[in-house]
Amino acid sequence: MARQLIDTFAARLDKGVQKAVHDNSAAGTDKRYSVLGSDYGDPNPLRALAGAIKQHTIEHLDTYLEQAESRLTANGASVHFAATKEDACRATFEILKAAKATKVVKSKSMISEEIHLNDYLAANGVSAVETDLGEYIIQIDHDHPSHIVKPVLHKNRRDIARSFEREGLGEYNDDPETITRRARAYLRKQYLAADAAITGANFISAESGRMVLVTNEGNSRFCLAGTRVHIALVGIEKLVPRDRDLGVMLNLLGRSATGQQLTVYTEFISGPAPAEQPSGPREMHVIFVDNGRVETLASDCREILRCIRCGACMNVCPVYRQASGHAYRSVYPGPLGAVLSPNLAGKDFAKLADLPKASSLCGACNEVCPVDIPIPDLLLKLRHRAKEEHIPSPGTPPMGGFALLASSPSLWRAAMVAGAALDVVPKGAIPVPAMQDWLRTRTLPKWRGGRFRAWFRNHKKQS
Amino acid sequence: MTSTTPRATGRHVQLMATCLCDAFFDDVAIATVEVLEHLGCTVEFPENQTCCGQPAFNSGDWPASRRVIRHALETFPGEVPVIVPSGSCAAMLFHGAPMEFADQPESARVGALATRVWELSDFVVNSLGVTSWGGRLDARVAFHRSCHTRGTCTGPAVLELLRSIEGLEVLPFGEAEQCCGFGGTFSVAFPHVSSSMGRLKLDHILEAKPDYVVSADMSCLMHLGGLAEKEGRPVQYRHIAQILRDAIRHS
Repeated sequence: MARQLIDTFAARLDKGVQKAVHDNSAAGTDKRYSVLGSDYGDPNPLRALAGAIKQHTIEHLDTYLEQAESRLTANGASVHFAATKEDACRATFEILKAAKATKVVKSKSMISEEIHLNDYLAANGVSAVETDLGEYIIQIDHDHPSHIVKPVLHKNRRDIARSFEREGLGEYNDDPETITRRARAYLRKQYLAADAAITGANFISAESGRMVLVTNEGNSRFCLAGTRVHIALVGIEKLVPRDRDLGVMLNLLGRSATGQQLTVYTEFISGPAPAEQPSGPREMHVIFVDNGRVETLASDCREILRCIRCGACMNVCPVYRQASGHAYRSVYPGPLGAVLSPNLAGKDFAKLADLPKASSLCGACNEVCPVDIPIPDLLLKLRHRAKEEHIPSPGTPPMGGFALLASSPSLWRAAMVAGAALDVVPKGAIPVPAMQDWLRTRTLPKWRGGRFRAWFRNHKKQS
Repeated sequence: MTSTTPRATGRHVQLMATCLCDAFFDDVAIATVEVLEHLGCTVEFPENQTCCGQPAFNSGDWPASRRVIRHALETFPGEVPVIVPSGSCAAMLFHGAPMEFADQPESARVGALATRVWELSDFVVNSLGVTSWGGRLDARVAFHRSCHTRGTCTGPAVLELLRSIEGLEVLPFGEAEQCCGFGGTFSVAFPHVSSSMGRLKLDHILEAKPDYVVSADMSCLMHLGGLAEKEGRPVQYRHIAQILRDAIRHS
C-alpha cells in the first residue's frame, strides 16, 4: 500500500549513512545533557525564561523590527526588507552589483540555503565560496545540508577525503586534521581574493542594533576581515529586545547545539568598520527576510518562530535518527523542520504536509528545546490543518468508523465481544491495511474483549 | 506536557479502563481496581465508556476525536477523580482534549473533566499521598518511561513506588529517555521507522536482562512485546498496576 515518503526514504537509506546520522546525533544529545546538567542542574527555568523572551519578541515584532532598523541605521548599516526569497536574492545581488563585487565568501547561513542564494548569484556571474568546513564540503559535493548545525552529519571522513581528492586538494587522505588543514589553506586564499562577505546572524539586539555571529571555526571573522562589503541575511524573528537577553540566549545556544559552554568565536558587530580601523567592510547591509514568517506569525504555529537554530531537537529525535535530514525534503529537517518547513511553504503547504506526521509525538524535542517550543502540539495542529484541507495521508487509517464506534456504547460493547473472532480467523487474511502493517513486524496479543467488564460486574455483586 | 492543577481528589473514583485494557489487557484493569481498593477507594466503572479519542486526535481528524470526547463528557459525569491506567490516555484527556476544544462550545466542560483526570501512579503518590508501597516481589525490572508521561509526575511516582517494594530491583538501561516507536497510528503509517525505533529500545532493555519490562502504558508494551515475539526474543511485560497488585499478594 501507499507509504509515507519519510518512511520509504528511511527504509532505503544506506546503512552506513543511517549509522553516521544516528551516532552523531545521539552523541550531540549526550553532550548537551551532560553540559547543561553539570552547569545548571535543572536547566528548565532557564529554558522557560528564554522561551518567554523570544515569545515576547515575536508578539511585538513590529515594535522591535522598527527599533532594530533605527539602531542599525544609526550605527551606519543599511537596512533592507525582503518579502520573498526572490526579493532577498535580488536585494543581495543589487548590493553586490553596486559595489562591483564578483567574488563572495560566505559564512554559514541557513537562510541563504532557504532562498537558494548561491544558485541565484552563480546565474548572475557572482562566485560564492562557503567557508564553514561542513558547508564547503556540501558545496563541492553539490549536496544539501542534512542538519542545521552539522551540515555533513550524514557523511564520514572517507566520503570527505574522496571529495577533496576529486577537487584537486591533494592525494586521498582521510585523516581529519589533514582534511581540515587542506581546507584551511584553500579557504585562506579565497578570503583574500573576495570583495564581499555574506553572513547570517544568530541574534540582533533591538536595543543597540548589535549583531551576534557565533562560529567554531572563526570563518566569519576571516570573511569580515578582508572584504569591503558585509551583507547579513537575517530572518525577521532573529531579534531579541535587549543586549542583556543575549546572555540568556548565548548560554543556551552553545550548550544545546554542540554541548559547548560557548562557541569558540562569538562576534558582536556594531556596524561597518570605522575609518580608523585599518581593514574590514566599510559597507554593512542587513537584509531582513520574511519569506513566509509573517504568515507563520499570524498562524496558530507562531511559537516555532522562537527557534534559535540549535539543532537539539533533531539530535534527540528518534525519527530523525532513523531517517536522516534529507528525508525531510526541505532546508530545515527534524522536528523544527516538520513544523517550520510546511509553514514557510505558504501555498505549497500540501507538498510538505506529510512532515508533521513523521513523529511518534514522543515530546523529546520539546524537552530539549532551549526556548521551550511545544513542538508536539504544533505538529498536531498541522496534522489537523492537513486534514481540514483534505490533503491525503498515506497509511493513516480513516477515523470516521472509529469515532462512530467510540461514541456508541452498545456498538462498542458488541465490537469488544466480536473481536474474539480475531483469534479464530487467520490474521494474515484480515483485509485491513493498518492491521497488516502492524503484523509485518509485530504480533498482536490475544483478544480478551469484554472479560474485564464481566469480572467487574461479578466483583461488584460479591462485595 | 503538564497536567492541569488543581485536580480533583478523594477516595470515591471513576475508572477509565482504556480501550486496550477493554480489548486485550483485562488483567491490567483488574489490577488497577485491586490497587485502588487496597488503598480504600470506592471504584465506579461507567459501563458506557469507550476510548479517549486519541487515535483520531493524533491523525488530525479533530471532528472525529471531539465526537469521542463529547461521549466521554456524558460517560464521566460529576466531580470525582477519573483514574486512568495509562499516561497516554490521561494526557489525551488533560492536554489533548482541551487543545482540540479551545474554540468549541464545550471547552469549559472539557476543561473541568481535564482537572479530574489522573494517571494511576500519579494519583496513588500525589493525591493519596502513598509514597511507600511495601509488599514484596522478587523481580528485576526495566522501567520504560512512556513518552506521554514526560513533564508529568508519573515517571517519578512509578519509580518511587517500585523502589519501595522489597525484593524488587529497578535496572538502569541505555537511552532510557528514547521513545519505543509506538506512537499510535504512527506505528502503521511509518512501519519501518517505528519498528527500527522499537528494536533499538529492545536492544537496550534486553541488555539489562530484566524479568519484566514495566510501564504505565500498555500501548508501548504491546508494541515492544509484539516486536520482541515476532523477532524470536520474547520479553515479559507488566503494567505498574500488576506489579503493585502482585507485591501485596506476595507479602
